[in-house]
Amino acid sequence: MKKLVMIGNGMAGVRTIEEILKLNTEQFDFTIFGEEPHPNYNRIKLSNILQGDTNFDDIIINPLEWYKENNIQLYTGEAIVTIDVESKRVISDQGREVEYDELIIATGSNSFILPIPGADKIGVTGFRDIKDCEMMIKSAGRYQKAAVIGGGLLGLEAARGLLNLGMKVDVVHLMPHLMERQLDPIASSLLKTELESQGMNFLMKKQTVEILGDERVTGLRFKDGSEVEADLVVMAIGIKSNIQVAKDSGIYVNRGIVVNDYMETSVPHVYAVGECAEHREIVYGLVAPLYEQGKILASHICGIESKPYEGSVTGTQLKVAGVDLFSAGEIFEDGTTKSIMVYNEYEGLYKRVLTRNNTIVGIVLYGDTKDSTRLYRMLTKKEDISGVSIFHTECTGEGSTDDIASMSNDELVCGCNGVTKGAIVEAIHTQGLTTLDQVSHCTNAGRSCGRCKPMVSQILAHTLGDQFDAAAAQKTSICGCTTVSREELVAEIKEKGLTSVKEVMNVLDWNNTEGCTKCRPAINYYLGMIHMDEYKDDRDSRLVNEKMHANIQKDGTYSVVPRMYGGVTTAADLKKIAEVAEKYNVPLVKLTGGQRIGLFGVKKEDLPAMWEELDMPSGYAYGKTLRTVKTCVGAQFCRYGTQDSMTLGIKLEKKFERLDTPHKVKMGVSACPRNCSEAGIKDIGFVGIDGGWEIYVAGNGGVDLRAGDLLCTVKTEEEVMEITSAYLQYYRETANYLERTSKWVERMGLDHVKEVLADEETRRGLNDRMDQTLKKYIEPWNEAIQNEEIKDKYYTRHNISVGSESK
Amino acid sequence: MIETITRIPVAHYKNVKARAGYSIRVDTTEVALFKTTTGQVYALENRSPHPKGGVLSEGLISGEYVYCPVYDWKISLVDGKVQAPDEGQVRTFKVEVKEDIIFIVL
Repeated sequence: MKKLVMIGNGMAGVRTIEEILKLNTEQFDFTIFGEEPHPNYNRIKLSNILQGDTNFDDIIINPLEWYKENNIQLYTGEAIVTIDVESKRVISDQGREVEYDELIIATGSNSFILPIPGADKIGVTGFRDIKDCEMMIKSAGRYQKAAVIGGGLLGLEAARGLLNLGMKVDVVHLMPHLMERQLDPIASSLLKTELESQGMNFLMKKQTVEILGDERVTGLRFKDGSEVEADLVVMAIGIKSNIQVAKDSGIYVNRGIVVNDYMETSVPHVYAVGECAEHREIVYGLVAPLYEQGKILASHICGIESKPYEGSVTGTQLKVAGVDLFSAGEIFEDGTTKSIMVYNEYEGLYKRVLTRNNTIVGIVLYGDTKDSTRLYRMLTKKEDISGVSIFHTECTGEGSTDDIASMSNDELVCGCNGVTKGAIVEAIHTQGLTTLDQVSHCTNAGRSCGRCKPMVSQILAHTLGDQFDAAAAQKTSICGCTTVSREELVAEIKEKGLTSVKEVMNVLDWNNTEGCTKCRPAINYYLGMIHMDEYKDDRDSRLVNEKMHANIQKDGTYSVVPRMYGGVTTAADLKKIAEVAEKYNVPLVKLTGGQRIGLFGVKKEDLPAMWEELDMPSGYAYGKTLRTVKTCVGAQFCRYGTQDSMTLGIKLEKKFERLDTPHKVKMGVSACPRNCSEAGIKDIGFVGIDGGWEIYVAGNGGVDLRAGDLLCTVKTEEEVMEITSAYLQYYRETANYLERTSKWVERMGLDHVKEVLADEETRRGLNDRMDQTLKKYIEPWNEAIQNEEIKDKYYTRHNISVGSESK
Repeated sequence: MIETITRIPVAHYKNVKARAGYSIRVDTTEVALFKTTTGQVYALENRSPHPKGGVLSEGLISGEYVYCPVYDWKISLVDGKVQAPDEGQVRTFKVEVKEDIIFIVL
């Protein structure tokens, strides 16, 4: 076997190895050195981490098991310092020497750091790897003010992330327009206006000349003499190929490591791929061309004849802070070009196609990029556009399956990985694929930036026709401990009659025998949902808040929020709360957003005694369960009220309190459409109208602000209770753990949910199962007060002074 | 001051439940005591190395790891090391079990 060594463990390099493995020639022993202490992860998603949408585990492309399965020797946290091209071996910074027959350099790039005074101060960073991300997240916890240098894609993503982390952000840009290499001035100014409304502040046409501060950065100085304050500076002005080790070893470099059309460097048996490579004087920074290079290198290195790499024309599909953008080809008009434009300032849509001699030479799309694949194909194939309608539609709706049918097979679906519609359809047919995950795995479509996933999903639906099962198609495994999906887990629990968390992990071969914080709470929930009143809850598989029946605060203290049904209380209860707060020196007494009183900063050992003295039920302010039912005053007192909102609210809260649900559930009841209880942004909202109630569902006032959809209008309170119970139970039975109702409804489709609930028999079944489930719950605070074992295990702090005996 | 090795009895082994964490204040130091499913007992300082702090004793225990309850960092009970992608280390204490008494060695 030949020894193949790769320096670098990033996206382009590891993709090359994947391509080699796919060719299945079994001629290599693989060794990979990675400077970072991680397996290969998706760098494109770093901005999602910064923005708080995902965590590190979710962006790992090749987990450590993948390396093991493929017998790849991986050294992480180890950089190569010398390539001895004479004796064909590499030497690491830890003194390890490894010989090679073939060597791939895939060292990627670093952030370009401006060579100005102060660039080495604490608080100055690039935006390139997980370490940079963590540094920014850490800084956001301590400091207020950030400056991002660079108004390109990366800079804007970083700025958006820092805004999410609660910092004030200035974006400093040298040029008069943002993203001037991808956008024309109109699109650029639309983007700027949008980002300003999101809270970014722009300093345009500013050249940074110095970074101010002592040890840590305190601000920036510009060429015009002006200054701005900053506790954190992110440089996002570009990348610099990482070529040092190649250069030191006598390999020919320019801006990057210079390669020919087969990715060969100037030294035999040494190749370069990715952002460190320079091909025909271009260093590519987008993932699509890098993967193309990887594919060609893989064939070449395996001795398979392949066509040479001749460079890439790239169309960039981007999403910046929630705005869809697409850009390809030429941006600026000259005397020979003509533009076709759609400009809808009102809806924030702008599309412009630049043409020359009846062919498309440039595309800029802002706000709606649905036309991008078709237009991009026309651009690359230089199709004659006379008589062709350039923009099919002017509406912004989702593409329908008709669009899928009319797509030609060679149309590009996944720009990052160069996957066409034809390739996806073929994979679905020949390999019998039914889920989005499988399609991604087989074709790579959607594996990088993920923007094409909706379209892949539509192609799957279109190709499978009647056999398409929307819910099953979304299958993904629960967590890294297993490959089992939610659907499979639920089916296995039922089929094999599994009854405990431990048994599930054992029987279904969890690779981590005691699970993790993702799967254990999920399994515990599904078991409780399936076995209804028979299941004994596994308290130690719940996360801290649900385990302790109190919200942990960042300093390790807890909060106590007693139930206050429908936000209605009494003078006697208020007195009790006041007395307890005083007696236990509660640092903060605050009205919560859910119309009740929270006592914050409580020591855990005080919890049982406080609960006992309060003698009120837990408000479950910490649980994946019904939180509160917010009500307005309603017809009892309000002159506008048409219904008795307080009574209905209290009834709902009393019925569904303590119920385990996939995620928290909030309700609101308003007595008239003025909607003082904000029922329109609750998981379930009730609005009183003359002679009945409107029921709204899937509203959300949190991260994904979403107005509720009208589920139905009913006449009586009994109907309200019956529909609500059926709706909640259907959510409990079909949602993924930790999926809010808003996401769940969007996934299932409102019409589907309506259809299910329309059937009387189904509704009765759901109600029965709900009632059976509700039987099992007991009041947890009261239970803790009475049970010494619970008190000792969860609520005791043992104090020991050295020298004394243990108790 | 004379440096001495102190063995401090902190709990009865049989009273400590598996897969549970206990907080014990030894003079001024807050210690988190954990028992794994296999019966091993570990003691760590009851403080997450996360920049925003937090306790460990209420974390979920899986094998020889505890997940910090506030920020979900995965921390080794054996050496206190924070697992990638996070970084840091928690102070660990030597534990001895003799005839049902758990001692922490300072």
